[in-house]
Amino acid sequence: MTSAKRRLPGLERQHRSLQKCGDASVTSVKQRFSIFSLLRNALGYRAGWQRMWRSPEPKRRYDVVIIGGGGHGLGAGYYLARDHGIRNVAVIEKGWLGGGNTARNTMTIRSNYVRPPSVPFHEGSMALYRELSRELGYNLMVSRRGMISFLQSSQAARTAARMANTMHVYGAKYEFIGVEEIKRRLPIFRPPPRPRLELLDGVYQPEAMMARHDAVAWGFARMADAHGVDVIQNCEVIGIRRDGGRVTGVETTRGVIEAEKVGMAVAGHGSVVAAMAGLRLPIEVQPLQAWVSEPVKPVFDEILVFSGYGCYMMQSDKGELVIGGPTDPYPSYAQRGSFRTIEQVTAAVLEMFPIFSRMKLLRHWAGMLDIVYDGSPIISKTPLRGFYVDVAGAGGFKTTPMAARMHAWLIAKDEPHELIGDFGLDRFARGRLVPEGGVSFNR
Amino acid sequence: MLVIPCPHCGPRNEDEFVCWSEVVPRPADPAALSDLEWTDYVYNHANPRGWVREQWWHEHGCRRWIIVERNTLTHEVARTEPAPR
Ligand SMILES: Cc1cc2nc3c(=O)[nH]c(=O)nc-3n(C[C@H](O)[C@H](O)[C@H](O)COP(=O)(O)OP(=O)(O)OC[C@H]3O[C@@H](n4cnc5c(N)ncnc54)[C@H](O)[C@@H]3O)c2cc1C
Ligand SMILES: [Zn+2]
Repeated sequence: MTSAKRRLPGLERQHRSLQKCGDASVTSVKQRFSIFSLLRNALGYRAGWQRMWRSPEPKRRYDVVIIGGGGHGLGAGYYLARDHGIRNVAVIEKGWLGGGNTARNTMTIRSNYVRPPSVPFHEGSMALYRELSRELGYNLMVSRRGMISFLQSSQAARTAARMANTMHVYGAKYEFIGVEEIKRRLPIFRPPPRPRLELLDGVYQPEAMMARHDAVAWGFARMADAHGVDVIQNCEVIGIRRDGGRVTGVETTRGVIEAEKVGMAVAGHGSVVAAMAGLRLPIEVQPLQAWVSEPVKPVFDEILVFSGYGCYMMQSDKGELVIGGPTDPYPSYAQRGSFRTIEQVTAAVLEMFPIFSRMKLLRHWAGMLDIVYDGSPIISKTPLRGFYVDVAGAGGFKTTPMAARMHAWLIAKDEPHELIGDFGLDRFARGRLVPEGGVSFNR
Repeated sequence: MLVIPCPHCGPRNEDEFVCWSEVVPRPADPAALSDLEWTDYVYNHANPRGWVREQWWHEHGCRRWIIVERNTLTHEVARTEPAPR
């Protein structure tokens, strides 16, 4: 515990010292967003807006190639340039930026985890999120909502108590609030007279937040580009070049690109890309679905998690109810799931909130999670030298800035930062797993 | 919704089954493996995008283990067979 506790100040120091070099290079951003630039461009029939990033042709050679243009990959590109001065970098995306899971997640940013290595990692990520809009000069619409978990079994209550203890060690708040307080905070909540699972208690994380998911990808892309990183879309990596146990580049649909180092951040395609490098990973891909209702006026602020039913609900800034549940319980790359998950989860939500039973669902979608065997992320070197992986795992939107930053650190120094010392691939051979559960996955 | 033709019970809804994992043959002599080879057997998966052979358990049917050949991209189920004992 004490050694883990010492890690945080180190990171803060790191963060402070790096802040300066970040500010210096921001001058290369051509276009800034403010109320004045909005007004000016409104008067000019909006013809003055510039593209947010270039669309360069891939060069023959880069120092670092990052595979995957979601939040994690674009963030890694940005932090390589900003923190480590490595600017000869390409982020390569097979589709459009942030069109993978970054566009599909339900935006919850929280740190209620059980194991000591998990909490400082997620807390650190939340700290980065709080500063990120300012740092990127781009509004990520980070909004502190708080999260209430409904505890519906004594086992869930015990797990929450354990989380609370671990979190308190790292200075994170996680408070038991009781059923009466849930009712007070949620006037629309009337506990059902005969619930399937009895509501025993509630636990509250006041610092839990939501953020505009697409903006995270766009904000990182814009700043990575401003630092000289080539952000390349419509370019699929189809092979990893190797020579004597070392990576030498990637084969893409737009030709071969040589690189000294290659980082992988392809949530939902981890095994596919790792296989190109001759590697197998301890992951299985599972579909995760979400669906939203028609928009209504604000009725509740908090993110609500129903532990016993394994599902959650929140109200977006637009007023839609956003609902999600567990993964569909078998591997799938199809980006769709079964109707039964929607039916089961919606039934559970309506049992708790019959007030919503007449609302219409507007949209529904699925993404793919690389579920790691122990439920924790992997940010690691691999047996192939110069090839690094950032496997976001079950809930990797919340970790985007921290994982990207740690991935960049790992690539630059070829050594993990102490904050991710426990998240390497070597943990499986050493039997040092970091088991974490979650609302949204089956294991 | 998958419809899985159980070799014992006929076509049944996916709700009746538990998907366990892709078929990985157990090493003949575990003691002869290095730690890394054993780790690979225990934890790693091919996790392919396409056809895969998996072990499923027909929990709410015959309660027997079966092998399912399934496509993880199209959700087609090509065939099933009883699991070897
Ligand atoms: C329905 C749903 C709800 C979720 N809710 C939450 C939540 O509330 N909170 C939370 O923290 N997390 C949540 N998640 C998880 C989160 O979305 C992901 O962990 C996170 O977005 C991963 O980010 P990424 O940048 O690694 O991946 P992505 O955004 O998926 O980016 C990976 C990119 O790699 C590209 N790619 C893949 N293969 C190749 C290739 N061969 N060549 C080039 N490019 C390639 C893909 O096109 C993709 O754009 C949710 C996920 C889903 C599906
Ligand atoms: Zn059967």
